[in-house]
Amino acid sequence: MLLLRTVLHLAALLALPPLLLGVVNRTKSIFAGRVGPPLLQPYLDLAKLLRKGAVYSRTTTWVFRAGPIVGLAAVASAGLLLSMGGAPAALSFAGDFVLFAYLLGLARFATALAALDTGSAFEGMGAAREVTFASLAEPALFLCLLVLARATGTLSLSGMLGPALPGAWGSAGPALLLAAIAVFVIALAENSRIPVDDPNTHLELTMIHEVMVLDHGGPDLAFILYGASLKLFLFGAILSRLVLGRGDGALASEALFFLGVLCFAVGVGVVESVMARLRIVRVPQLLVGASVLSVFALVLLLR
Amino acid sequence: MTLVPVLGAIALPAASGLAAAALRARPAAGQALACAALCAGAALGVAAAGTVLLGGELSAPALGLRLDALSAIFLLPICAVSALGAVYGLGYYPQAEHGPRAVRLQLFYGLATGGMVLLVVAGHAVVFLVGWEVMALSGFLLVHTDHERAEVQRAALVYLAATHVGTLALFALFALLRQAAGSFDFAAMQGLPGAGRLAASAFALALLGFGVKAGLMPLHFWLPGAHAAAPSHVSAVMSGVLIKTGIYGLLRVTGLFAAPPATWGTALLLLGGASAVLGVAFALAQHDLKRLLAYHSVENIGIIALGTGLALLGRSRGEPGLVVLGLGGATLHVVNHALFKSLLFLGAGAVQHATGTRELDLLGGLARPMRATAVLFLVGAAAISGLPPLNGFVSEWLVYMGFLSALERGGGDLLAFAALGVPALALVGGLAAACFVKVVGVVFLGTPRSAHPRAAHEAPRTMLVPMAILAAACAAIGLAPAAALPALVRAAAAWSRLPPELLDGAAARAGAGASRVSVAAAALLVATAGLVLLRRRLGAPRAPDVETWGCAFSGPLPRAQYTGSSFAELLVRRFSWAIFPRGAAPRLGGAFPARAAFHTEVPDTVLDLALAPAARGFRWLAARAHLLFLRRIQFQVLLVLATLLAILAWGFGW
Amino acid sequence: MASFVDLVFVLVVVIDLFLLASSRLGAAIRTVAIQGALLAALPLLLVRESHNLGHAVLLAGGALAIKGFFIPWLMFRAIREASIRREMEPVIGFVPSMVLGAVGVALAFAFSSRLPLPDAGAHGFLVPTALSTVWTGLLLVVTRKKAVSQVLGFLVLENGVYVFGLLLSDVMPVMVEAGVLLDLFAAVFVMGIVMFHINREFSSLDTEKLSALKD
Repeated sequence: MLLLRTVLHLAALLALPPLLLGVVNRTKSIFAGRVGPPLLQPYLDLAKLLRKGAVYSRTTTWVFRAGPIVGLAAVASAGLLLSMGGAPAALSFAGDFVLFAYLLGLARFATALAALDTGSAFEGMGAAREVTFASLAEPALFLCLLVLARATGTLSLSGMLGPALPGAWGSAGPALLLAAIAVFVIALAENSRIPVDDPNTHLELTMIHEVMVLDHGGPDLAFILYGASLKLFLFGAILSRLVLGRGDGALASEALFFLGVLCFAVGVGVVESVMARLRIVRVPQLLVGASVLSVFALVLLLR
Repeated sequence: MTLVPVLGAIALPAASGLAAAALRARPAAGQALACAALCAGAALGVAAAGTVLLGGELSAPALGLRLDALSAIFLLPICAVSALGAVYGLGYYPQAEHGPRAVRLQLFYGLATGGMVLLVVAGHAVVFLVGWEVMALSGFLLVHTDHERAEVQRAALVYLAATHVGTLALFALFALLRQAAGSFDFAAMQGLPGAGRLAASAFALALLGFGVKAGLMPLHFWLPGAHAAAPSHVSAVMSGVLIKTGIYGLLRVTGLFAAPPATWGTALLLLGGASAVLGVAFALAQHDLKRLLAYHSVENIGIIALGTGLALLGRSRGEPGLVVLGLGGATLHVVNHALFKSLLFLGAGAVQHATGTRELDLLGGLARPMRATAVLFLVGAAAISGLPPLNGFVSEWLVYMGFLSALERGGGDLLAFAALGVPALALVGGLAAACFVKVVGVVFLGTPRSAHPRAAHEAPRTMLVPMAILAAACAAIGLAPAAALPALVRAAAAWSRLPPELLDGAAARAGAGASRVSVAAAALLVATAGLVLLRRRLGAPRAPDVETWGCAFSGPLPRAQYTGSSFAELLVRRFSWAIFPRGAAPRLGGAFPARAAFHTEVPDTVLDLALAPAARGFRWLAARAHLLFLRRIQFQVLLVLATLLAILAWGFGW
Repeated sequence: MASFVDLVFVLVVVIDLFLLASSRLGAAIRTVAIQGALLAALPLLLVRESHNLGHAVLLAGGALAIKGFFIPWLMFRAIREASIRREMEPVIGFVPSMVLGAVGVALAFAFSSRLPLPDAGAHGFLVPTALSTVWTGLLLVVTRKKAVSQVLGFLVLENGVYVFGLLLSDVMPVMVEAGVLLDLFAAVFVMGIVMFHINREFSSLDTEKLSALKD
């Protein structure tokens, strides 16, 4: 049974992420009063990109071609550590969330280096912003996970997002609520969403993540887009389990989990529709604010 | 087990320079012979350390030598890095080219290695201090190698002053310990009470003396200059292993006390946190490649101090779990940092060798002419940023686990607040990754920014092979960390004097985690390989044949690329409360602005903004005093008399 | 019930932190008003003995009227009349003030249980919340340039004092509370007058310009 669930989760991890992008875009189009692209459009986009060839600039080296591959592999391996629907993850051990965060860091490292390999000032700017904001988001993410660890009394992601969670909501509700808000903010920042970054912007000077991947095309771009949606799915999974972790029985908690992930995508779409993006100088304030919230949540639990 | 390998490991390196000196007529052979002698000694040292780490202890009280697991874990990188550095020196600093200067370098390089080996195997305070001073003084002479340059002279002088302050503190420290234990023998000092004034002053002196050597913030001020000024393989040894002797000393001395008070651990946690965060922040602001790497040593020493602080807290609280994870993380990070930091310094040396500059903003695009160097440097950069599947991640993970086990305390226990070290480490990890994206990107990627990198050539094989060995070691520890754990537990047992079975529980838990880290690392490699194959099947990539998209600007200039300074600017501004760059942007105006230049430098806040002005002020005061009182001999004698009287009065009052 | 009270205290502290981060004057005034309204609910939530209910209702009603409505109205009026620009203008940046605020909150929550205070079985979050709010108020007063935002700091400071007062609400006569509120009212009033005068003299409300005054 458990094995079946794990296999199901891994399949969902690989298959569902582009759907989330579709849901986000559909939500935005509804808010804008448009019909919008079909829900499955991201899959079609990926299929199209995979069939295309890629063009490389004369300045690039193997680092540029390795960037998308390492980035996707790292995010996918991080997915192995994530517990979904309350079942233990494929790979879980005490302190695995450190590995989870550092694998995401590896993906960022590879993407930023690939950006610098083009020798373009725009991509350098994007890489600088990405690593700057990531280095501020990282402590905030760890603080949130510490809150979870303290509230559930376990040190692995599977434990934190596992069966101990409903009880933790009873005993440490306010702290978990603060942590959930902080995780949502971090998810928006890490996935380059409004209000931190606008995935649909057309002005290179204001971009963060998008400008880093300007020179990638064809299958490389497909890897990058798929990796980005995978990362969105990972954060959606954490948040869904964190907020809705109350299902009784395997089936109910699975259903609740996938519903929660979809709700997360809708939430991201709503935020993108109703908010403007922040000025770049305000982004560190937002991320430090998330850290401060989660420090407060942690202190509530530590006293 | 015999003592021969240890004696060989001390004597062979120390005497290796003599070969170079004797064969001055045939420089290549002389240097090769010296290098061979040093490598032979290092191999003996590695063998001795290996046998001790597999179980056992070596003691020769008559000679004042003792090799336990804690010494062995430091002996291992000292021998390995020194030997690889010597091999690298064959290509980097050939005696045939540099003449007597290279002979001198070879002599002191060997002496420094011998001194380091001697001090970690010392079982007697006097032997320890002999090793310490040999190492420190030959270190000074090594830094002083290129002595005609003004900045080298200054760096060497600052290093000499700093190391002597440290040594003075150590003399006082061992005198105190001798007074308490009645002997200079470490074995006799074992088990001193941790409470009381004596212990507190011993700890303060140890923190000063060893902290200067280790480069803990704010005692790090000598380190960036000295490591940047020395030849690169010397920098690799200094940054990779020489500063670790400070950590070794700190561990050795704190290990002598029976129950260290909680303030010791807390002090190390605070100092370590400050070193780690500020070290990486200063590194981000640098634009000299070797100074940048030197500041990263401050950061990594901070991480090691965090682990040590946890282990000390574990001992004062009687928590074997904290001891294992803290000390295991700290000592593994000692080894790991020795590996990747010397790899990076050797890589920086290759870059300097090939281009003639260390200025980041003049480099660029070196991944094409220096393909192998770029790959190896990238491995080192990923390792020091703590990224899986390399070794930096494993030791940082152990320290994380130490902090997390503090989280498992009940409510109201202040130890739980040690968990706040986790976000600090995360910040350090993020900043280090940002810094090394900058370094690799600016040095090796993009297009050359000046004539220097355009003329670059790949490093010779004598320089690449040591780097490749270090990179392989980084990958090996990262892929199979569980194999290193038993040695770490042995070191923790030797240091804390706790029975091994107490440590086994935590060790088993860490071992289970470590083996799963290997599984995840394997998964990562399999996924990468799979994607590479998939990418191949999707069509062979076309050869690069277009310009980079410049937003419709079709004449990209190499100088319009993002520089290292602009890359780091967003982050450095966050630390404007600690870093004060000098240099103002020129004012540009009018339709056709005149030619303008912009230059910044980042002074070290402690050395350039605090110590140097203080020293100048002191000199000024001394000059004034001289004018007023000291011109006549009568006044001078009067002063001597007054001092004498004051001392006598104090003696009676006591 | 306990967790609901928890939530109110936590919200009060979150508002403190939000105030340190907010750059808009109008939003900050509204947030202080919300904080005042939340605090007004506390006496009702914390009342333990029924004969104190009347006292509690009085306190809550008074606090709601003054903190939640009257003073914010006064401040909005002041902004309109003096046509003040709607930004906070911190002396130190928002990020450092947030970090300082967080450090204060962390210390308050970590160490408040070790303070020698008449606990009287009151709620565990009460003292740290009061300390954090006072700290935030002090930070706002010290680190904001404009007179209006300094008044805002005083309001937050008073909110903290008010929470402290709740610790003693069973023993403390209503007069003391009324006195505190009156003090505050007077302070706001005086600040208002001063503000108008500064504005007339300098066409600006930047208190740093006051240091240019000479006799």
